[in-house]
Amino acid sequence: MNIIKKFSLGVLITLFLSFSANADKIKIGTEGAYPPWNSKDASGKLIGFEVELAWTLCRYIGQQCEIVEQDWDGMIPALIMRKFDAIMAGMSITAERQKAISFSQGYADEVASLAVMKGSDLEGMDTPAGINLTKPNAAAKKALKTLTVALAGKTVCVQTATIHQNFLDSGDVGKVNVRTYKTQDEVNLDLASGRCDAALAAAVAFSDYAEKSGKPVVLVGPTFSGGAFGNGVGVGIRKDDTELLNTFNKAIDKARKNGDISRIATKWFGFDASM
Amino acid sequence: MDFELMINSFPKLLNATLVTIKLLSASLIFGLFIGLCFAILRVNKNPIVNKFAYGYSYVFRGTPLLVQIFIIYFGLGQIEYLRSTVLWVILKEPYWCAIIAFSLNTGAYTSEILRSAFQTIKPGIIEAGQSLGISNKIIFYKIQIPIAIRQSLPAYGNEIILMMKGTSLASTVTLMDLTGVAKYIISTTFKPIEVFIVAGGIYLFITFIIHNVIKFLEKKYSY
Repeated sequence: MNIIKKFSLGVLITLFLSFSANADKIKIGTEGAYPPWNSKDASGKLIGFEVELAWTLCRYIGQQCEIVEQDWDGMIPALIMRKFDAIMAGMSITAERQKAISFSQGYADEVASLAVMKGSDLEGMDTPAGINLTKPNAAAKKALKTLTVALAGKTVCVQTATIHQNFLDSGDVGKVNVRTYKTQDEVNLDLASGRCDAALAAAVAFSDYAEKSGKPVVLVGPTFSGGAFGNGVGVGIRKDDTELLNTFNKAIDKARKNGDISRIATKWFGFDASM
Repeated sequence: MDFELMINSFPKLLNATLVTIKLLSASLIFGLFIGLCFAILRVNKNPIVNKFAYGYSYVFRGTPLLVQIFIIYFGLGQIEYLRSTVLWVILKEPYWCAIIAFSLNTGAYTSEILRSAFQTIKPGIIEAGQSLGISNKIIFYKIQIPIAIRQSLPAYGNEIILMMKGTSLASTVTLMDLTGVAKYIISTTFKPIEVFIVAGGIYLFITFIIHNVIKFLEKKYSY
């Protein structure tokens, strides 16, 4: 009996300590599967642009932080259900997501691109280098038409619940056969296996994969920004958490002024993706 | 609780249920055939034959269905040689990969269910057949198999229900089954509870039907 009492007291104390220790920690959720934004090294430790940036922002905020891993498709529900307090997971600021959560100012921007395997008949499309979809100009509209023709009946693979899926579902490039995957890794695997005629994601995600796997993945067509692709990547925060939102905005200001964001971005992306 | 979302997502989920049912019925048909073949091999006296059948059921019952479906879909897709063969026509499609994985999995369980049913048939029944001068082959096909199938109905009913729930893993290889569509709706509305309650309700209803069909068959073929 005595042992049981002591044991339960021990359990209670441990529980209490773990709760109270967590009370003033900011928990940041990330996916850990979208290099170079966020990923894991061989030992399972979270690394990447956003992981390093998160630690830097926490230093400016002056509070303890904890980075939590969360599958991409449950990221926003997990934030709303208070599993963590902020999202830093390469999540672009879009109007659709802003219905559910708030975003800090953007800290980095990415362009999206289609990728195919070398030798695909989608190579050599006649399009401009990049198009902005916020207010598409004549050249952008023409590029979308070219894409519509080229992609008709093709299978294009994307990670689920991303701006890339939204874009394909929007019908801007006609009716393509969209196939969705849980992680970008799986998209890359099926692109390499030939199940996908093309894939759409952040251009850096493909160049990272091509470099690490040695597979002949090539970017085709224009790079995309604006419109369905959102306005940069920011920290996602619950709508009622305005105080934390301000805290993050101030920390991002400081980190930008001191050149931290562009330094970290250059380290992970190979170019300055900060904004 | 967002009841409007629940009502709006219902038709979409019902549509996706068709995919779930297609996957389930195809897997059960192939799985029953595989299971019957391997159960017959299991009761074979030749040690090589029955060890082989045992090995198959051991591997497929001893590994998670998710691992099996990943090996068949993502694993086989990485083998360059395979992609140049005619097999790739089938393996390229997530639909067929899922059916292959589910059939092999349920086949392993079904073979075990049928094997135990074969082994519980009383020797007296077989001896009665022999004393009437019926050949061993006919005893096996006309007496042992029908009795074994009747014996295994309750356990097989369970297996159908387990397999039905297993089809939710099809969403991991890009298929838009009931779970896949539920996840898709959640990814645009960010409301998992409402959507999963509706999806769960549909799964429960399918279970209800399977359960009653099996109960009806048990009654009909009771002896």
